[in-house]
Amino acid sequence: MTAAALDDVDLQAYFDATIAAGHRIEPRDWMPDGYRFGLIRQIAQHAHSEIIGMQPEGDWLLAAPSLRRKAILLAKVQDEAGHGMYLYSAAETLGADRADLTDKLIERRQKYSSIFNYPSLTYADVGVIGWLVDGAAICNQVPLCRSSYGPYARAMIRVCKEESFHQRQGYELLMTMMGGTDAQRAMVQDAVDRWWWPSLMMFGPPDDDSPNSAQSMAWGIKRHSNDELRQRYVDMSVPQAEFLGVTLPDPELSLDPETGHYRFGAIDWAEFQRVIGGHGPCNDERIARRRAARDDNAWVTEAATAYAEKYS
Amino acid sequence: MSDLTAEGGKNTPSSPPLAGSGPAPGRGRRDWPLYEVFVRGKRGLNHVHVGSLHAPDDEMAVHAARDVYTRRNEGVSIWVVKAADITASSPDEKDPMFAPNGDKVYRHPTFYEIPENVPHM
Repeated sequence: MTAAALDDVDLQAYFDATIAAGHRIEPRDWMPDGYRFGLIRQIAQHAHSEIIGMQPEGDWLLAAPSLRRKAILLAKVQDEAGHGMYLYSAAETLGADRADLTDKLIERRQKYSSIFNYPSLTYADVGVIGWLVDGAAICNQVPLCRSSYGPYARAMIRVCKEESFHQRQGYELLMTMMGGTDAQRAMVQDAVDRWWWPSLMMFGPPDDDSPNSAQSMAWGIKRHSNDELRQRYVDMSVPQAEFLGVTLPDPELSLDPETGHYRFGAIDWAEFQRVIGGHGPCNDERIARRRAARDDNAWVTEAATAYAEKYS
Repeated sequence: MSDLTAEGGKNTPSSPPLAGSGPAPGRGRRDWPLYEVFVRGKRGLNHVHVGSLHAPDDEMAVHAARDVYTRRNEGVSIWVVKAADITASSPDEKDPMFAPNGDKVYRHPTFYEIPENVPHM
């Protein structure tokens, strides 16, 4: 064995021991390429989801029903941008380049959450996105606060602190609408009908069809399986739906008295694959808008660069 | 010393070159330096590292840091510093760098045995 190869073995052993002890990996530590690139893939996908996630709700900023709702929605959409920034910052500690990641998103070489390829048709969607979509995001993200990669875990702590506001403002909006007219209640039910199943898909494919999961769990990047988190989410959401007075669109939903968990119907994974594959209702629109944001605003960054060169 | 950037350094010791991550012409942002951001949470506390961002100059970096990292009273003061200007200890030096502390137990208060009935000790 050469000295260099021996070195790699030591490094790998030290890395494995750090993970096994439940300690965090930090940016300047040695790490296997698979760990690095797997993390970049996951963090970039997560960051892209935050950035694209501004669009369905951003569509309602100019049509908010009151100044109060508008201020709330503006703050929320701004948070999503911030979450994207925290995550790009974490990805960069692994050697990725922010602008390059954005290019990959626009060129469809990296993915984002399938949920944001559905349209937001009424203001009730703003409430349901906060309640169900951000609720699912919280379920996914809380365990990531203990992810083995330090910068990712720290970014998630910041994100989770802010997500709680997102979910609560959504639920409060829905409570207000449910206390309104029949037409408003119908809007809420319609939005729940459209968002419930896509929300369940946010946890990713079932465990027996999730190619990256096992390695991610072994490395402590992920802490729970997709199906575990999905079940937790269903168990949390059912009583919230009951309190709100809406019906979740799943006739098979029922409490299993033995396990204490809710059983739910089969998820349409063909739809999930279709949307992930670029053929959801809004994929083209979302990407076109992100591309326009990059290209149409390029003059701003160029002007700032020119100013900095002139005066600093 | 470009490999001694801090948390967000692109030239971390073991990072392989990434395909397509080189600068592209005609897009100013790619040339913006990386800044590390430190926030003092409240009076009486140290500034703590919170993340990084890219900005064309120091002043814009402070403004961007305010928007990205302090939307909810998270801080009363912000420092930004170019990542390239931070000199950090290398993880490879962990033994020679920090090991000398290990055998100097007399630097800790618990090294000294004081009878329990001595007050305020």
